[in-house]
Amino acid sequence: MPLIALLAIPWVSSVIAALLPTSARNRAAGLAGLTALVGLVGVALHFPSVQGGGLRVERFEWIPSLGLDLVLRLDGLSWTFCVLVLGIGALVMLYARYYLSPQDPVPRFFAFLLAFMGAMLGVVLSGNLLQLAFFWELTSVFSFLLIGYWNHRKDAQRGARMALTVTGMGGLCLLAGLLVLGKAAGSYELDTVLGSAQVIKGHPLYPVALCLILLGVFTKSAQFPFHFWLPNAMAAPTPVSAYLHSATMVKLGVFLLARLWPALSGTETWFWLTGSAGLVTLLLGAWAALFQRDLKGLLAYSTISHLGLVVLLLGLNSPLAAVAAVFHIMNHAAFKASLFMAVGIIDHETGTRDLRRLSGLFRLMPITGTLALVATAAMAGVPLLNGFLSKEMFFAETVFIDAHPVVEWGLPIAATLAGMGSVAYSLRFSVKVFFGPASALNTPRVPEEPPRWMRVPVEVLVLACLVVGIAPAMSIGPILEAASWPVVGGQPPPYSLELWHGFTPPLLMSALALGGGAMLYRGSRWLEAGRVGLGGRFVERWDGARLFTSLLAWLTAASRWLRRWLLTAGLQRQLLAMVLVTLLVGVAALWGGIGKGDRPLVPLSPVFIALWVTGGAAAVGAAWQAKFHRLAALMLSGTAGAVSCVTFIWFSAPDLALTQLTVEVVTTLLILLGLRWLPAREPARGVYDAHTLRRARGRRARDFIVAVGAGGGMAILAYAVMTRELPERTSFFLENSLSGGGGRNVVNVMLVDFRGFDTFGEGVVLSLVALTVYALLRRFRPAPEVMALPPQQRALSQDLQTDLVNPRLARDTAVGYLMVPAVLVRLLLPVSGVVATFFFLRGHNAPGGGFVAGLVMSVGLLLQYLISGTEWVEQRLRLAPRALMGGGLLLVLGTASGAFVAGYPLLTSHTFHLSVPVLGELHIGSAVFFDLGVFCLVLGSTLLILVALAHQSIRAHRASGED
Amino acid sequence: MEVVLALAIGILTGSGVWLLLRPRTFQLVVGLSLLAYAVNLFIFSIGGLAIDKEPILADGVPPDLAHYTDPVPQALVLTAIVISFAMTALLLVIIMASRGMTGTDHVDGTEE
Repeated sequence: MPLIALLAIPWVSSVIAALLPTSARNRAAGLAGLTALVGLVGVALHFPSVQGGGLRVERFEWIPSLGLDLVLRLDGLSWTFCVLVLGIGALVMLYARYYLSPQDPVPRFFAFLLAFMGAMLGVVLSGNLLQLAFFWELTSVFSFLLIGYWNHRKDAQRGARMALTVTGMGGLCLLAGLLVLGKAAGSYELDTVLGSAQVIKGHPLYPVALCLILLGVFTKSAQFPFHFWLPNAMAAPTPVSAYLHSATMVKLGVFLLARLWPALSGTETWFWLTGSAGLVTLLLGAWAALFQRDLKGLLAYSTISHLGLVVLLLGLNSPLAAVAAVFHIMNHAAFKASLFMAVGIIDHETGTRDLRRLSGLFRLMPITGTLALVATAAMAGVPLLNGFLSKEMFFAETVFIDAHPVVEWGLPIAATLAGMGSVAYSLRFSVKVFFGPASALNTPRVPEEPPRWMRVPVEVLVLACLVVGIAPAMSIGPILEAASWPVVGGQPPPYSLELWHGFTPPLLMSALALGGGAMLYRGSRWLEAGRVGLGGRFVERWDGARLFTSLLAWLTAASRWLRRWLLTAGLQRQLLAMVLVTLLVGVAALWGGIGKGDRPLVPLSPVFIALWVTGGAAAVGAAWQAKFHRLAALMLSGTAGAVSCVTFIWFSAPDLALTQLTVEVVTTLLILLGLRWLPAREPARGVYDAHTLRRARGRRARDFIVAVGAGGGMAILAYAVMTRELPERTSFFLENSLSGGGGRNVVNVMLVDFRGFDTFGEGVVLSLVALTVYALLRRFRPAPEVMALPPQQRALSQDLQTDLVNPRLARDTAVGYLMVPAVLVRLLLPVSGVVATFFFLRGHNAPGGGFVAGLVMSVGLLLQYLISGTEWVEQRLRLAPRALMGGGLLLVLGTASGAFVAGYPLLTSHTFHLSVPVLGELHIGSAVFFDLGVFCLVLGSTLLILVALAHQSIRAHRASGED
Repeated sequence: MEVVLALAIGILTGSGVWLLLRPRTFQLVVGLSLLAYAVNLFIFSIGGLAIDKEPILADGVPPDLAHYTDPVPQALVLTAIVISFAMTALLLVIIMASRGMTGTDHVDGTEE
């Protein structure tokens, strides 16, 4: 099977599993198990090619310009990990089928698990450092999702968050470390990196890269001081704990250490950093495991301790120790995964994992009990089991180390102590759960043996422990050799997988560990009972989780303080800050003065001065009146708009003037429709005391100064800019408008042709706003006091019958008044149609265009609404604003992409020359269709907004009628 | 003329900023539209003021910047006008909705 297929199938299956219905428990489990099995067979067939340092590489071009390829690389070490991931994966899938309850969303679980499997394979098969970092992060993400699988549980949420924070941060450090490493080695290709060990170790950046990479490794593999996330991750479903948190994901850290061992190890820094972290973790984990009350917690700390052991072995800078590390990785995966599954069975059958409530289970579940006992014995390092062999190798390494005397003496002692710890917590697990007095059993359910197939995965793994423990050379020998080859970077040193090496110091240490462990177990019970300061409370106090939580709490408090300080809830203060900062930046940039430029000025005209005296007064008046006289303010601001409209005409911008004028009309209508829903202004709310008044006056003075500053600054800036020539002016558009765009009105040609994409975006914005307005108003709840009919509409009594008013048949808002204007306005509709057509047709060569035409048309229609009432109009006119809007968008898009058909880039315009019999020669540019699209779009969205507003009156009317 | 227009832009900006800092939602709407006038005029004026030089090509006049005003700022302002229209519409509906939900027309949705 090609490696790319191996990598791809879990992802494909994951997507399929995600699409299965929630109840498809068996199908999802079957798919997942089959995927793992197929992958397992596929990878197993590769074994001959990775023996003896063999290598298989597949390379796919990815971003050649950056020298980035997707490289898949299979050697002995990655082969071993693939087998672990897929093999234990297959067993876990089977187990999970029975573990999960039918109420859980099972397909989602398998989809996550398969995706995680894909991410794991991605890491171990990576032949490129960046690719490795990418998949590494993915494993963290899926671990987060899996820990939080029971997402309604608080502990699951907390554990998932903690795991993601710790491993995610570590992953970022790792990425930085790998970037530095790649820089030091000159390439991100794994083969190059592994081949340039001397260059890397001599590089000044080596310590930096090493520290960063180790941060990634230690967080992932739960090494001290980052170990605390692992016990908290035990909130995950047990199959996840068995798979991710004992056999595979937490092994990624040590996998990376082994992967980079040839390139990074062999220095003092490596020895002290890696070795000490491993040693502390080894001892701390073993000690903490002794005081756990939760079975999974015990296993979690034991996993931490064993991972520490592997890290320590890899830190010893000895090839033989590295081989032992690889061996222990395999052994630990086998016995720990089976133990987790056994705990899952116990939990499943009894309903609890609390050690204080479990006792004497052996009598009730003899088969599971036997399996668990064998696995715990392997964990403790009892002879004839696999754990014994790698532990023996570890002891041997600590004895024969050649270093400082303190290390030479201290290490074997520490190793023996750790061995005792491991024996003690294994005893705690087995004796307490299986052999205690049956009377102490206090569980929610009466346990019995689990379903047959739930036990099979445990049986397979325990069998593996036994086979490896009894006949190591025959069973695991070739695999260990193949896996060790790439780690030590060549032929592995000679080692013996015999059971009996004669009476050697390691054997003595093993015996001491077994005997001492039994005593330690007794002692620990006394410690626990007697509450001596070194027991459970001591462990809890030194738990990093507490530190982590307080750190998070501190960070939250700090950001809350920062938020309070920077982001006040009040909009006014935020706006003030924004204006002030803008002002400050402007002043700072122009400090030192900005004078008048040398552009020739336009001579003053008294009419223009008078115009702006009016405009300025209107603006100030609008600012003054906006609080209590909304209508006046609206009229005044409209005056300012009209004056700026005249300014556009004055200074040669007829298109702007037209657009401004029509927009002004529509905006005013819009606000008029909206004003109705704002509250009536009450003059003053009670009598204010002197303090409040003083504060209000102070606030106004401050705002006045700011406003004057902003206005003055803007005036100076505008003057300085206006008196200068624009540094980058181009007559490109003037020169090419006629020849390239086929139009004389350059501004219009720019809009529909040169800058057509911009116009397209603008059209999209307009439609989005229209839709948002429509959506917001559908759920609009007007304030109660504006629900009643306005006084104008209450002038006539309900039952008045006269020729002058419409019969009150329709429940409409505008009934019974303004009848003469209504007739006149009806006549205006065709006129506005003609005006719109006129503006539209001449737009390309003279002021006008689709936008203006659309607005003119919508004003014409809107007037009908205003004067004749919503229902009257809608009974006679079928307006479909949304269809118009969508059609316009499609037309614009179609014209724009029509150029593709002819082989030109997007929005290239084309002019067709037609000779029509009566009309003669016709030139039709494709821009006309674009403009037509703009017309429809503008008409549609404006109508949608205004009609949505107009409909509020009907709804309010109905609502009040119903009351 | 430049002085007059610059002062006009200044007055519009000042009035707009004053209204931005006021507590009522309607003041905000008017303030933003005044500010939009100011900004549009400012962008427009970047091209320089010119009388009787519309960027509409006439026969026999060479198409260069000596004979026509710069069309680029005009095209930009055209877009800006449309966007400020859309913004005003959205803002208006938002203040209506906020008024309906909070029962006040204070910009923070609460009367302190």
